[in-house]
Amino acid sequence: MDHAFPVLSFIIFFPLVGALALVFTGKDQHRALRSIALVVTVVDFLASLVLYRDFQTNTAAFQFLERAEWIPSLGITYSLGIDGISLYLVLLTTLLTAISVLACWTDIQVKVKEFLVCLLFLETGMIGVFCALDLFLFYVFWEVMLIPMYLLIGIWGTPTMRRVFGREMPARVYSAIKFVIFTMVGSLLMLVAILVLYFQYHSATGVYTFDLLKYYELNLPTHLQSWLFLAFFLAFAIKVPMWPFHTWLPDAHTEAPTVGSVLLAAVLLKMGTYGFLRYSMPLFPNASMAAMGWISVLALIGIIYGAWVAMVQKDVKRLVAFSSVSHLGFVMLGMFAFTIQGVEGSILQMINHGLSTGALFLVVGMIYERRHTRLIAEYGGMAKVMPTYATFFMIFTLSSIGLPGLNGFVGEFLVLLGTFLVNKPFAVVAATGVIFAAVYMLWMYQRVFFGQVTNPKNLGLADLNLREVAVLLPLVVCIGWIGVYPKPFLQRMEPSVAHLLEKVRAKSSVVVQLEQGKAQGQFAWFAGQDPLQSR
Amino acid sequence: MSWSIPSVNLLSVGPHLIVCVTGLLVLSLGFLSRKPLGRLLPYLSLAGVLLAFLAVMGLWGRNEPGFGRMVVLDSFALFFQAVVLLTAAVTVLISMDYLVQEGADHYEYYVLMLFATFGMMMMASAQELIMIFLGLETMSISIYVLAGWRKEHPKGHEGALKYLLLGAFSSAFLLYGIALVYGATGSTHLKDVAEFLAGRGSSGRTSLLLLGMGMLVVGFGFKVASVPFHMWTPDVYEGAPSPITGYMAAGVKAAAFAAFLRVFFYSLESLQADYSMALWVLAVATMSLGNVVAIAQENIKRMLAYSSIAHAGYILVGMVAGGEAASASILYYVLAYALMNMGAFAVVVLYGNKGEENVLIEDYKGLGTRYPVLGAAMALFMFSLAGLPPTAGFMGKFYVFSAAVAKGYVWLVVIAVLNSLVSVYYYFRVTIKIYMQPAEREIQPVCFGAPAVVAVLLMAAGTLWVGAFPNSYLELARQALPRLF
Repeated sequence: MDHAFPVLSFIIFFPLVGALALVFTGKDQHRALRSIALVVTVVDFLASLVLYRDFQTNTAAFQFLERAEWIPSLGITYSLGIDGISLYLVLLTTLLTAISVLACWTDIQVKVKEFLVCLLFLETGMIGVFCALDLFLFYVFWEVMLIPMYLLIGIWGTPTMRRVFGREMPARVYSAIKFVIFTMVGSLLMLVAILVLYFQYHSATGVYTFDLLKYYELNLPTHLQSWLFLAFFLAFAIKVPMWPFHTWLPDAHTEAPTVGSVLLAAVLLKMGTYGFLRYSMPLFPNASMAAMGWISVLALIGIIYGAWVAMVQKDVKRLVAFSSVSHLGFVMLGMFAFTIQGVEGSILQMINHGLSTGALFLVVGMIYERRHTRLIAEYGGMAKVMPTYATFFMIFTLSSIGLPGLNGFVGEFLVLLGTFLVNKPFAVVAATGVIFAAVYMLWMYQRVFFGQVTNPKNLGLADLNLREVAVLLPLVVCIGWIGVYPKPFLQRMEPSVAHLLEKVRAKSSVVVQLEQGKAQGQFAWFAGQDPLQSR
Repeated sequence: MSWSIPSVNLLSVGPHLIVCVTGLLVLSLGFLSRKPLGRLLPYLSLAGVLLAFLAVMGLWGRNEPGFGRMVVLDSFALFFQAVVLLTAAVTVLISMDYLVQEGADHYEYYVLMLFATFGMMMMASAQELIMIFLGLETMSISIYVLAGWRKEHPKGHEGALKYLLLGAFSSAFLLYGIALVYGATGSTHLKDVAEFLAGRGSSGRTSLLLLGMGMLVVGFGFKVASVPFHMWTPDVYEGAPSPITGYMAAGVKAAAFAAFLRVFFYSLESLQADYSMALWVLAVATMSLGNVVAIAQENIKRMLAYSSIAHAGYILVGMVAGGEAASASILYYVLAYALMNMGAFAVVVLYGNKGEENVLIEDYKGLGTRYPVLGAAMALFMFSLAGLPPTAGFMGKFYVFSAAVAKGYVWLVVIAVLNSLVSVYYYFRVTIKIYMQPAEREIQPVCFGAPAVVAVLLMAAGTLWVGAFPNSYLELARQALPRLF
């Protein structure tokens, strides 16, 4: 279905227009700046609801397609489109950005204008990543959102110091640069892989293009697939982050301002998992299927390791950060089960993690704003002082550990079901992760909220105000909705997921047949030679 | 044997002539007049450069040989001349207030700059090895003087002398290489050399010729600051006045690559298999050393010096690949590098203040708070130099690397991208200082002269525009090629 109005472009670039408006607003007019940003992000969210409304549930094809020449001499197009996999990620992004603007209302007091400009830039980059259907465009968005996130962590992060290589430096700066360098290690190698694909496609068809949909038709020999898969894997695995590439995440999360952590957890990590679904699996089906075993093992290690490390954290925010490693392990496990249930559960789990972990970072941020500490030991008995706060915190905690009736349960259940169908021991090990999650989350909740108020500093704390409730309420609604009635979500995903898996299976068997000489046709070889062995 | 006067065809040296005549005009006016007129001389120089730029635009697409085939004004030459003129214009803009501030405002500065520009333009359009040498010397001698312009500054002396001595040494290599090529092929004309080699096939590949080619690599390698011929770069870049440092990094490099490309891709194309191996080693060494050593620099001019070495390495990746796409990518890269590098140096000049007091990277602490626009511009140039989209630096790298992958140099490109990863660290370090650390001492008020501000804003807009909408510039780079081959 084609819209006359370019909805996707509007959603991507409207925040940029808003950022421009902010640039020309006086830097001391904090109220005006915040209001503009809020209006822009809310309008953007409302516009993205149009996607939900007009989305065709009965097709796996990309919808809301847009296409324009950008750099024709290299075959680069500006092409956008979404399917059932990316639809919810776009919605999640617009929703959480709007919430973020409201959440940082009083939190950020210095360089407000620059902060909001960064936030809007980030939104453009994030939505762009999920909508791009051209590998070059995808790469540009992927890199573009690095800069605002880097600035968000580095400028507005927490003021603690840290000793690095014998020198004192602000921990936020260390975390920011670590985040950038980790991400770029992967993405630069992915760029090389994209270029190899580009010339591969050219030697197969004589056409220069970065069009993803055309690349889907390419049959690559398994040997080349494995190399390219590895390059893409590194980029995405760092972003997810999978164990053992996760070390940037606790640092970045702990030092980032609340809103930075929220968007990092809710959206940026999903770019990695989304990348696997959109790029790695359909482009390199044989290599993906072959990698199933070891990726699942890495995912399991991530689930267990993340949970164990979360258990011993003294800092609530760090605890939530490590719980992300564990949750994202579930996402990866389900995805690489190559079953409908597994992949659907994994996509749903991406959304769930975005909602519940995003919410947890928000509530942690709210208490940090009041007390300027996140150490569990500083709290205790908070349920007496801030009952509303404790209620919200409880809902998000239960959502995070997957209580039936809330969203986390549906996702985890589907993931475990999908995994059980192909590998029972893996499902059993993963299920213990659910138990550990209950242990670390509930234990933390108990220490912070139950018992007597031990620290006199906590006595006079104000409960949530109206704005803060308004920040959290939409998330509670979503959490309950997915938990009770996930059908509309799964319904829109299903055709795309089924199509994806079918394509992966079909293509990989074609490649196997080609390699055994049983099928007609030819590989897309690079001018008759193997690019990785020619020089 | 009959002699005839070769056809002159003044059109073939039109843009050169404009620059040269402006130089002479500034020289005589400066000599004859007193103060009041002296203030106008920089603007006269700028007008000359802009006029030459217009001439270049007007002549685009033509192919004018002249002076008995000694020079040719083809699109390839015009492209590089446009880049050189762009850098020259920016250098004039950022020099005006700088020189007054430093008390070194003598008209000879502009005269030398114009002559250096003339030499660079000559290098881009020369069809003869001898002409290339003459252009190179015209450029170099002017630059030697300019590099030591800060008379009371010991580092300036050191740098200028080092540059002169090593430069003379490298010129000798170049000249000897020309002699050997002449000995092996019987000509110094690029076309005749190419035809000789094409006619002989593999028997033309004598050891004399290979030796000569090696010496040419040394000569050009020195001018583009490629490892291991880069030793002079950091000292000269640090000691020279900041505007001239920018000019050297962008202008001299562009001109040297113009000649380098023309000689190696056109005349010596049949030896591609021989030199691409040598250039492979040079490229890897240049990128790796430049990037790794840049990390340790405390002075921003030295850091940019090593970064300019690293960027020469990226361009060499394109030279290793060879072929049409690679040549076009190099042209685009040279343009992108000129924009972002001149922009970075414009900020260095502006923020440097009197006596270049703010040249340490540490001095950039708090710039983003004190002067948000200047800080944002510097951050933009740093992101572009690091190769982040949507800037010109990203497109340039992308284009060069894709040309190399197209020729199958996948592992070379892997080394190159890992190198740009290293570069991310030191470019981002500047942005850390600008935005994430407060100033430790009070930042002295910066005197914002209109010309330098215009230069910064123009370069920032250019970096973004050429990066976000690169298509027409890629097309220009491609158009510049066919006549070369």
